[in-house]
Amino acid sequence: MPRSLIPPEFLVARDEGRCLKCKACVRQCGFGVHTDDQGRGISIDERRCVNCQRCVVMCPVGALKVTANPSVGRENAYWPASRLREIWRQAENGGSILTGMGCDRNYPVYFDHLLLNASQVTNPSIDPLREPMEIRTFLGRKPEKVSIAGPPGAERLADPLPPVVQLEIPVMFAAMSFGSISKNVVLALAQAAKRLGIMFNTGEGGMSSVLAPYREHMIVQVASGRFGVDNAYLEAGRIIEIKIGQGAKPGIGGHLPGEKVNEEIARTRGIPAGADAISPAPHHDIYSIEDLSQLIYTLKEATDYRKPIAVKIAAVHNVAAIASGIVRAGADIVVLDGLRGGTGAAPKLIRDHIGLPVELATAVVDRRLREEGIREQVSLVASGGIRSSADLLKLICLGADAVYLGTAALLALGCHLCQKCYTGKCSWGIATQDPSLTRRVDPQWGATRLVNMLTAWGHEIKEFMGAMGINALESFRGNRLQLRAVGLPQNELDQLGVKQAGEAM
Amino acid sequence: MSERKEDYHQSYEGKIRIPSGCAVAGLINKAGKRVNGRTIGEMMAVMHERSNGLGAGYAAYGIYPEYGKAYAFHLILTDDQTRGEVERILVRNFKIIEQQEIPVRRTGRYKKAPLLWRYFCEPLRPDRESAIEDLLLTTTMRINRMAPRASVMSCGQNLGVFKGVGYPEEIAEFYRIDQYLGYSWLGHGRFPTNTPGWWGGAHPFSLGETAVVHNGELSSYGTNKSVLENFGYELSLRTDTEVMAYAIHYLRRQNLSWPLVAKVLAPPHWAELERMAGPERELVAALRRIYGGLMMNGPFSIIVAFHGGLMALNDRLKLRSLVAGASGADLYLASEEAAIRQVCPRVEEVWSLPAGEALICRAEEESACHVA
Repeated sequence: MPRSLIPPEFLVARDEGRCLKCKACVRQCGFGVHTDDQGRGISIDERRCVNCQRCVVMCPVGALKVTANPSVGRENAYWPASRLREIWRQAENGGSILTGMGCDRNYPVYFDHLLLNASQVTNPSIDPLREPMEIRTFLGRKPEKVSIAGPPGAERLADPLPPVVQLEIPVMFAAMSFGSISKNVVLALAQAAKRLGIMFNTGEGGMSSVLAPYREHMIVQVASGRFGVDNAYLEAGRIIEIKIGQGAKPGIGGHLPGEKVNEEIARTRGIPAGADAISPAPHHDIYSIEDLSQLIYTLKEATDYRKPIAVKIAAVHNVAAIASGIVRAGADIVVLDGLRGGTGAAPKLIRDHIGLPVELATAVVDRRLREEGIREQVSLVASGGIRSSADLLKLICLGADAVYLGTAALLALGCHLCQKCYTGKCSWGIATQDPSLTRRVDPQWGATRLVNMLTAWGHEIKEFMGAMGINALESFRGNRLQLRAVGLPQNELDQLGVKQAGEAM
Repeated sequence: MSERKEDYHQSYEGKIRIPSGCAVAGLINKAGKRVNGRTIGEMMAVMHERSNGLGAGYAAYGIYPEYGKAYAFHLILTDDQTRGEVERILVRNFKIIEQQEIPVRRTGRYKKAPLLWRYFCEPLRPDRESAIEDLLLTTTMRINRMAPRASVMSCGQNLGVFKGVGYPEEIAEFYRIDQYLGYSWLGHGRFPTNTPGWWGGAHPFSLGETAVVHNGELSSYGTNKSVLENFGYELSLRTDTEVMAYAIHYLRRQNLSWPLVAKVLAPPHWAELERMAGPERELVAALRRIYGGLMMNGPFSIIVAFHGGLMALNDRLKLRSLVAGASGADLYLASEEAAIRQVCPRVEEVWSLPAGEALICRAEEESACHVA
């Protein structure tokens, strides 16, 4: 094989004075950076390093340090090192470049231009430790008006409401399939969802039997590959989500290589072991909006209208009109996955150059649905790159009912964002099926970390709310007046529907 | 120099939503007996300290019995040309039976008062009685789009709102409210913070048969607004109370009874809900799920007037004062007990309203309150 011309991306330094030669690093690295040289010490192959920091964290004496290689040559503002590397790699192997997680490019982050409000004098702030702060929310269709029977004073509900799902925190775990992540990670998400009173999503990988105890907190996904979709699967979850697209790879299908399709994955997906699992780019029974409507009602018929149907799309330029069509096609929940949404595998250029930031997508969809008078009928879920409780609240102010967390949830489980999920070598034991790696995430340990993170977010949300003098989440939804923007031009303010900081109410 | 300042205010007015503190008052005679507006004026005057002279107003129910079923449009206009525009909007759906400038007392305080006009109208298509609330809504929205050049103070049958910039006692004097007899009254004095008040931004806010006065600040304004925009309401008067008036109008059009309207504006906490009995819990939970976006969040005390009754309500945490007093057939409501004692020194019973629990008072002889 000809010599690669690409300098290593990361530098690995071992402090030989500290190193005990215990070989923990050799065992910990999923990428084979550290090798036991049979008596001649431990050698390092920096070219393999992805800077996931597993060896650094696990080294008992802190002898390792991984840093970014400061230079690949004369990169400059126009030709950054990342682009040079991409060209060199493509010149060497002729393939499109794969990556994992979400878009990492330096596009404007609207979250970081938005500031929240607080009460002073004219409106008392509320102490969340003394007064109830309600952050419960519901997802599903709402009737246009309540139907009431009975005489005044003894009124009762005449017709039951359409099915909804209750969330104790306005957060759900985003679709991540068994296959893209390990079974232990799926279990950790499921257990955490149950303990938190929220939902997790199976992704398109079908439902493993180990998830049976968590059905009350499960969203099942119907994607273009239809893996594992049968009546029992549809019945298993509380919400059925039709996945049209995802923010990390709008318009692109999925491909789980046959070598990753072990016996168990094959069983849950309903395909032969070793066979490639290909999710086509479109659903081949949905070539238009009326076809989507048919699938929505097929799923509703199949489950006796007992489950809300969600439709997830990647946020693209025409997202407002598309979302409006989805509502009119009968969906009960619309999921918008923004530019920063993560993935187990996507072509890097697709991930980085297609889509819309979720802040903008949420704002324009909410506005469009309001203009059409249909916003109140459905729930809107925002997804893609939510990093904190502040991001979450800002999205709710821009019109979302709840958010999906993918990347943040994996970070809680130890992910260090190396973006190599597609390799299946994840040293943190998350995006891999290698049993020696997957056992690194104990489901209960993982669930506790997720519960901790979201408990903290819950406290923070209540603190934000108390500061604003608002004691129910309902009063945040679409409440753009609680936001002000810094450093955005007028047309961006208009799209977000947010006023410039300094402008009064 | 003073001229320039006026212009500046003019350009500012109506463009900014103004959070406000306030004094509120209301009274009703349960027997339907009509009382002189002087009483509500006195109640408000006692609470002078709670206003800052930037807005005050009154709503009076039962003042136009001689106009039968006509809808009384009370308008704030800049000039006769605007009046012409407004009239063109009105005649699209209404027949104007009578019109006049609202009589005012020229006290010298208001040299630059806007043109205040009232029209008594009947719908062109009286057969479509069920659609009248929609018609009042669309007509009001069309006119208010011209704000601050034109805005509707009220448009209901046998009721009228009188409001403007000034202290409550000045506005009472200016509009000669001692010349009207009503079976129920609302009064309001404003303490808007940080900007000059404007005539259209004073309380009460009224649409259709309801009028509301409000003390507080609605932090949920943005959400309430975004919900109501789905249903044809346009928020153009830049005072958060506007959203309260429209929310109530919308909920009444949804056929909710007054107790249920209160349950939407200040819903029980989820924990409270879980302690309720089955059918009630189911209904209240459904209301919160469907109309959660119309929950009013932030400190408030409101008094709502409607034909034949009053409703008073505090926010769920009781962050604003609101006191009720009863004496015989009279019910008084006010931000301060002093206002009640001023006009009813021997009041039989005085109590403070609990958080989030509505006080609804209906005239016993409701027919007496309705237009004959």
